[in-house]
Amino acid sequence: MTPRASKADFTKTPEFRLLIIAVLVFGLMSVLSPDRFLSAQNLTSMAFQFPEFAILALAMTITMMTGGIDLSVVGVANLSAVVAALILTQFSDPSMPAAQSAFWLSLAITAAMCIGAVAGVLNGALVAFFGLPPILATLGSGLVFTGFAIAMTGGSAVMGFPDAVAVIGNGQVWGIPVPLILFAALAVLLHLILTRTAFGLRVSMYGANPLAALYAAIDINRMLLKVYVIAGMFSSIAGLIIMSRANSAKADYGSSYLLLAVLIAVLGGVNPYGGYGRVIGVVLAVLSMQFLSSGLNMLQVSNFARELIWGVLLILVMVINTNALATLRASMTRSPR
Amino acid sequence: MTAWLPKDFWTRNETLVAGVVVLFCIIAMLSDPRFLTITTVSDLLRAAIVIGILAVGAMLVLVSGGIDVSFTAIAVFAMYASSVLFLAVWPGAPWPLIFAASIVFGALLGAINGFFIAFMGLPTLIVTLGTLSVFRGFLLTFIGSQRISDLPPAMRDFSRGVLARGTTEAGNFYSIPWAALALLFVIVMTWFILRKTMLGRSIYAIGGSVESARRIGINVRWTQFFVYVYVGALAGLAGIIHGSVGRMADPFSLVGLELSVIAAVVLGGARLIGGYGTLTGTLLGVALIVIVQNSLIVIGIPTTWQSVTIGLLILLGTGVPAYRAKRAASRAG
Amino acid sequence: MSSDHDTAFIDLRAITKRYSGVTALDSVDFTVQPGEAVCLAGENGSGKSTLIKIISGVEPATAGTVSIAGQERPVLNPRISAAAGVMVIFQDFSLFPNLSVAENIAFATQLSKHKRFYKSAVTRDIARSALDRIGVEIDLDVRVETLPVAQKQIVAICRALAAKAQLIIMDEPTTALTEKEVRRLQGIIRMLKEEGVAVIFVSHKLAEVLEVSEKVVVLRNGKKVAEGPASEFDTQSLAHHMTGRDVPEVPPSDVEAGAETLMQVAGLTKAGSFSDISFELKAYEVLGITGLLGSGRTSVAKALFGLVAPDEGTITVDGQVTPTGDPQAASMARIGYVPEDRLTEGLFLSQSILHNVTIGRLDAHSRGGFLDMAGLVAEASDWLKRLKVKAPDVTAPVQSLSGGNQQRVALARWLSRAPRVLILNGPSVGVDVGSKADIHDIIRDLAGQGIGIIVISDDLPELLATCHRILVMRDGRIIDTLDGKSVTEDQLARRLAS
Repeated sequence: MTPRASKADFTKTPEFRLLIIAVLVFGLMSVLSPDRFLSAQNLTSMAFQFPEFAILALAMTITMMTGGIDLSVVGVANLSAVVAALILTQFSDPSMPAAQSAFWLSLAITAAMCIGAVAGVLNGALVAFFGLPPILATLGSGLVFTGFAIAMTGGSAVMGFPDAVAVIGNGQVWGIPVPLILFAALAVLLHLILTRTAFGLRVSMYGANPLAALYAAIDINRMLLKVYVIAGMFSSIAGLIIMSRANSAKADYGSSYLLLAVLIAVLGGVNPYGGYGRVIGVVLAVLSMQFLSSGLNMLQVSNFARELIWGVLLILVMVINTNALATLRASMTRSPR
Repeated sequence: MTAWLPKDFWTRNETLVAGVVVLFCIIAMLSDPRFLTITTVSDLLRAAIVIGILAVGAMLVLVSGGIDVSFTAIAVFAMYASSVLFLAVWPGAPWPLIFAASIVFGALLGAINGFFIAFMGLPTLIVTLGTLSVFRGFLLTFIGSQRISDLPPAMRDFSRGVLARGTTEAGNFYSIPWAALALLFVIVMTWFILRKTMLGRSIYAIGGSVESARRIGINVRWTQFFVYVYVGALAGLAGIIHGSVGRMADPFSLVGLELSVIAAVVLGGARLIGGYGTLTGTLLGVALIVIVQNSLIVIGIPTTWQSVTIGLLILLGTGVPAYRAKRAASRAG
Repeated sequence: MSSDHDTAFIDLRAITKRYSGVTALDSVDFTVQPGEAVCLAGENGSGKSTLIKIISGVEPATAGTVSIAGQERPVLNPRISAAAGVMVIFQDFSLFPNLSVAENIAFATQLSKHKRFYKSAVTRDIARSALDRIGVEIDLDVRVETLPVAQKQIVAICRALAAKAQLIIMDEPTTALTEKEVRRLQGIIRMLKEEGVAVIFVSHKLAEVLEVSEKVVVLRNGKKVAEGPASEFDTQSLAHHMTGRDVPEVPPSDVEAGAETLMQVAGLTKAGSFSDISFELKAYEVLGITGLLGSGRTSVAKALFGLVAPDEGTITVDGQVTPTGDPQAASMARIGYVPEDRLTEGLFLSQSILHNVTIGRLDAHSRGGFLDMAGLVAEASDWLKRLKVKAPDVTAPVQSLSGGNQQRVALARWLSRAPRVLILNGPSVGVDVGSKADIHDIIRDLAGQGIGIIVISDDLPELLATCHRILVMRDGRIIDTLDGKSVTEDQLARRLAS
């Protein structure tokens, strides 16, 4: 474990390739549209845009590390936001004194986080105690969470918040957007959890071989419960950011974020069958995506083309990260007909 | 007394889902006697056609041990592209030709999935997640993002074609469209492939164990490739039916349905690990989802609770067998 | 010799196989006559699987010629080989759990005839006639996943027969069978031989198949080191040829007088698995639990570690009753369990050696919620040194190690938790003969340090080499307790089979 050895290793990792991709995309966009892409205004607006779905991707990452998936992240985000929004609109109004609205805001945030935690417990219980495949458990629970949000609001948007709410999604601290700070904090937190705590190591180990984890006397049920609770609470935070940026909450906001979050996690090198994943990879994947979409936006490329490019990027990265080309060559030569 | 029933009849998912459907219908009839009239049934059938065709395709993929989330994007791509193509080239073309074009588009897009999955060995979920974005992005960027309501007249003619129509004594209008035949055709053809051809049996075999399939000489790659092409073709058919019956080519429709369709298939007993899944189960699952989507109000549940109901059904429908399996495994020790 | 070659069904001459510089087979001659049963013996890595891959057309030879059924085959692939009548039954049988017995038997046959359509009547006929050929009755319509192991093996044999097998290659055919099932398998093999079907057994547990075989071929390091009539070999001489050295086994030393009782098991019962299991384990003692497959030995082992919840009974460790059915509680009571299947149950193959060793010690190395990484590395390195694991780097994935070293990593995981009681289920399964002796040394050594050890095994020499006492199980009950030092292998074998 000399520094030189680990450096040599790093160039072979999928994260290193992602770093190159991120730098290339950034460089390319800077060259193509130097005065606009590199403008302070664009950089700030990017920093406001990506944290909400990037946090969902972090939630996806930890569940994928166990070989699971959380398809309920957007449902949890919206349900949390709707609950927070209802508390804010019921008990406070824009004319309220700042201190009072701050109280209701903190109560709303607490309630939202509790929703995320409860949703996580439910998902975790379905996966751990009832043995449902995570993809089905969270698909079903996601519909239930979205459904509650619809039932509570009748399907329409909840709005009319005190000004303090805007801080979460639109505020800046020392010129740094608050959503970016939240994302950075959560990314560092998740990185530390996954690499520096007993729980985090158990997550990777379980993902690598669930049966061996059972025989190694790991408390699997408690671990899975924690994983889904963390995913749920991360989703709640993303929901609050979405609510603040949209200045409203609605049951079907961010529906495109679900597949985007899965896409970013996989792009970031997380093994969807469990056992491997690094937060740095996910962060680099998020940045690449954001550079790409902002840059394309500058170049007047439509939103839809971005989706196209994301998909191409995902498959391209998979082809590079796995030995897909070797498989292709083998299937061409070995096929008897 | 039950000798004619399969041994596992009472523990099968199909039985469970059929039970729920029947129960729902009984409650619905009790609260609204008009529920089981030909009018309601023909309405439900119409709603089930597109989902049904898509679900048959999704079932095939699950049986082969994969998962496909891109079929909705394929459906809408094939439908929109063939509409645009014929409006530009030959607006007066007969509908079978337009349909054939859509099916071919679908099969080609399915072949792209098949290429990455069968020949490059990439994981199915990731590939189809990627192609979902690619197909949709390509459609909206390069082909069009406007709704088209003046479709080729032949498509409208198709949607007017009915197998049976009439008015009940109570004065309610009903009709069963031609499209129902398409669903029937898809069911019969898929049944034939799965039950009566070596190809179909190979799909089950691959789902049961890819390694064993390879060892006994099944051509795994081409079988997988076929599955994705076939699913693509079915999606193309479902898409063009959706466009014709709705009398509009909407490039934003259908996408987003994929998880509900997969849920219907899984409710019907198909397993994500592959190798298990039946047409009966799939159709029952579709029936359940369609009934809940359209008739929840009849049994007194407001439509705002529709999502919750479907979610709970998925959790129950997959949770009960999963929990039973887990218990059985722990008992066996 | 030349007449041998003329009549042989399989005739390999001077076969050499190299994988990127490594020679897996070095100029090996190998013949199989029609109706002959051949034991192909060798340790892991001796080249026996490579030889099988070449015969079955999975891999081409680097040099040498392959003739099947009197015809030289310069180009060989699995299809050609299968068409010539070579069928391999892998250890996992390669069946389709979701398909019926009939379909499993007939599938390959139908495929090879290039059938496009599936006819259930034809399928059933093919399956029925294959089953009739060996005189076995199995319901054609049940799914294979519901069958017990021995019946799955029969389905696999029938599949080979249906596909007109001239040679059936069986990989480790007896590993999962009970004594009675082995007898039945031997009967089936005799029947096949009478019909002119040849059989190759690939195994490192050969005692059961020696008596139905004509010839033994032993490979070591890619070379053929012994060949001769089966009657000239016994377990001892086979082991000698496979390892290239005699493996003397030192019997265990006495348990120190007055050693304290570590574990008491009383009335452990689980309906359908085992009943009224009671025994005591002393410090410094190695206790064997043996029995045929299905006797309940593995269920008891799992119950001791909480992986199976018993209906009744208590487990007491150091005077404290431990909750049953809870691996964490067992682990807290300092019981360790090294499972039988290292690859799927024991190790996290893709993860580092470090993590594999320290997974049970993470909480002990946590400071304020965070791990003391240096402490973990130091502890893991220490254990690797003590167990003489040759590993370049603790961060290397455990799959880069050899089988024997992997088993030591699995042991190190539990030893690092300073266990009072260590349960070893099949401690040398899948480990080559040389490493086996090393592992037995380790077991004796650990017992010498005061750990109570329970060895679950059906490998009789292993039990005799390591255990002070041996409990014999049948039908879920302990039927006998034998003294490890005075009992002979014959007596033990008779007690097992009775």
